[in-house]
Amino acid sequence: MLDLLTSPLTKPEVRRENPPRPNGVRERGVVPAVDPMIVVKSVNLKYGEKQALFNINLDIPKQKVTAFIGPSGCGKTTLLRCFNRLNDLVDHLTLTGTIRIHGADIYGPEVDVSELRKRVGMVFQKSNPFPKSIYDNVAYGPRIYGIRNSRLDEIVEKSLRAAALWDEVTDRLHESGLGLSGGQQQRLCIARALAVEPEVLLMDEPCSALDPIATGKIEDLIDALKEKYTIVIVTHNMQQAARVSDHTGFFLLGEMVEFDETTKIFTNPCDKRTEDYITGRFG
Amino acid sequence: MKRFWKSGDPFIWLTGGALALSLVMVAGLVLLVVMSGLGVFWPSPVVRFTLTDGTVLMGQVTEREAIPQPGAAPGTPRLYRVQLKVGNRDVYGADFVWVDEAKIAKRETPLDAILIQRREWGNFYGHIKVVKEGGRIVAEGHDAGWSAVQDRLPDVLQLARRIKQIEKDDVGAINYAQERLRLRLRGLEMHGVSSGNEVEGLKQEMAGLQAKFKTAETELATLRQRLNSSLVVATADGKEKDLPLAQIVRAFHPNALSLPQKFAIYLSALWEFLSDDPRESNTEGGVFPAIFGTVMMVMIMSILVTPLGVLAAFYLREYAKQGPLVSAVRIAVNNLAGVPSIVFGVFGVGFFIYVIGGGIDRLFFPEALPTPTFGTGGILWASLTLALLTVPVVIVATEEGLAAIPPVIREGSLALGATKLETTWRVVLPAVMPSVLTGLILAMARAAGEVAPLMITGVVKLAPALPVDGFFPFIHLERKFMHLGFHIYDVGFQSPNVEAARPMVFTTALLLLLIVLALNLTAILVRNRLRKKYAGGAF
Repeated sequence: MLDLLTSPLTKPEVRRENPPRPNGVRERGVVPAVDPMIVVKSVNLKYGEKQALFNINLDIPKQKVTAFIGPSGCGKTTLLRCFNRLNDLVDHLTLTGTIRIHGADIYGPEVDVSELRKRVGMVFQKSNPFPKSIYDNVAYGPRIYGIRNSRLDEIVEKSLRAAALWDEVTDRLHESGLGLSGGQQQRLCIARALAVEPEVLLMDEPCSALDPIATGKIEDLIDALKEKYTIVIVTHNMQQAARVSDHTGFFLLGEMVEFDETTKIFTNPCDKRTEDYITGRFG
Repeated sequence: MKRFWKSGDPFIWLTGGALALSLVMVAGLVLLVVMSGLGVFWPSPVVRFTLTDGTVLMGQVTEREAIPQPGAAPGTPRLYRVQLKVGNRDVYGADFVWVDEAKIAKRETPLDAILIQRREWGNFYGHIKVVKEGGRIVAEGHDAGWSAVQDRLPDVLQLARRIKQIEKDDVGAINYAQERLRLRLRGLEMHGVSSGNEVEGLKQEMAGLQAKFKTAETELATLRQRLNSSLVVATADGKEKDLPLAQIVRAFHPNALSLPQKFAIYLSALWEFLSDDPRESNTEGGVFPAIFGTVMMVMIMSILVTPLGVLAAFYLREYAKQGPLVSAVRIAVNNLAGVPSIVFGVFGVGFFIYVIGGGIDRLFFPEALPTPTFGTGGILWASLTLALLTVPVVIVATEEGLAAIPPVIREGSLALGATKLETTWRVVLPAVMPSVLTGLILAMARAAGEVAPLMITGVVKLAPALPVDGFFPFIHLERKFMHLGFHIYDVGFQSPNVEAARPMVFTTALLLLLIVLALNLTAILVRNRLRKKYAGGAF
């Protein structure tokens, strides 16, 4: 397992803020983070008759990177899309339990979904820049909130810099965003998400369509972004989870099998299924 | 053999052959129209036939065909006959004669044969005898006469143009103002006001217009008096005819022309065709009002059909809950595209003209009744009918475009906190515009070629005025209009002189094809620009 951790890109820092307790003592899925950003409590989710998530309990710590891993169809993306209520678009979907962000129930009756989505940004599996110029892509969100003119220029530059894309596109801001390379497009999408100044950034397999170099850039970016943002990343790539995340959750068939610090998950998982998965025995 | 079938080659041949056959048919159609249409204005030579019985005929050869000889023994030499356009309809009664080639004793192309295109009675073929001015003879003989005509013709044509302009613009404006005054008086009368300041004022204005009309009339009369030149012309067989100079559109010696001169005449005739009003029950002159009517109708139709179709498609695809009902609506919309166009025409008459137009008349133009204003065929109703006819095309194309937009693009917008409306307006609509334009292109192509529904909703054989002119409110959507498609039908099959009009049919058809092509090319260029703006290959 150690070879995973010593992979050539960024090494995950090993954090020892919370001393590990003996296995089985603490409730599964709850890392006693000092200040949890997202609190998921007994969430069950059904698509029609088919249950996709079974009793998920989870605390996602603030300003850390949390990775969801697991085989395809295990529910990790479904859970991610609950955090910004993008699942609302799906017909016949029922969700029970609560999800709190900053202590507020995001499925509460008074929640303004637009406001929630402004605070919880998302980057998709396939880069999806709008068929507009690079500038207009980044300015899209702020424009919706009524920001105009010079303030907009400022936001666009700041966001592109934060997404480490500014230097590459500074002389072609008004060309189509679709003319960029795959990795650049994905960073453009990150810049677009950052432009509305979210607190949480959800990333749904952001590197699955990218080559290793572009992936490396995105991972460096994730590392830099966690200073300011709480990041939740869904990934198929276990090395990636090991490299970029502080905490990792392992999902299987709609259940969260294990949630712990990444080093712990990858070196000393408590559940047999986790160990089987990360050592490649199935999945 | 089995290997041959298995190789898949026969299928390639079958598909390729089908494509080739379609192309050949389309190319043949276009070629026929182009060949027959482009040659119409070419000044072909004038021939003089002396027949065995001594008859002399002069004109242009238009056709040559074998005489059918049923029952003849094989090997009999074929006999031919030619069709000669002899013109001079006022003298002979018909423009064309068939002549058996066997009966022609002498065939010559006299250099001094003159072709005079006239405002009435079609072409004249013959010679100039005498040129007169105010009854006084100024030149005698063909050559002297020709130079006298050439001296006077430009002035006469200019004068004729001036007269036409006064008739159309000045007198037209007076008539228009008078009609409006009359309607206002009538409107006051209907409200029970038949005296008082307002009525007096209007009556005074009316009198002023009457006086203006009188002056215009006298001016016209003096101008007309100046058109006193005329010439006496003789046909090939010696019949004489008096012809006022103002009746001449164009006169030339077809057999004495050099190639550049022929080109000049060809181009000037072509320009006349494109820019002038029709003459002689549409068989001569130009088709400008029909071009204008066609283009304007297609434009109005596009303006009406695009928002309607796009909004309907957005509801069907973006908002409606997908289910059996929406599927049924979708099938109904598709079927609507297959309804015969005349059915739409009948609906246009029954609903748009009688119900809506009649309602508008009763509400806003009661003073004009019983003469209908909107309650009769007009360009607006024709365009609306065509919009209805083509809306399924736009709906289907837009829906397909919407379906092709990847959901992840919409989600990207929603995930930034945009509402559904903002997403639709800012992301979906721009991305679907190329598809909308594709639909519009198909709709325009269909609308420009449609004739049946127009015949009952506002197209006429000859419209007195264009739907756009200099009188307030400048665009008159209630007016009847001319249309190239109907023009083809009318000229080719309804005109009293079908034979003479037949070349015009092809020319007009070619023009209609070119206009449809031009409209489509414009839309395609716009679409490609949009595509370039929004393309990039990411999806």
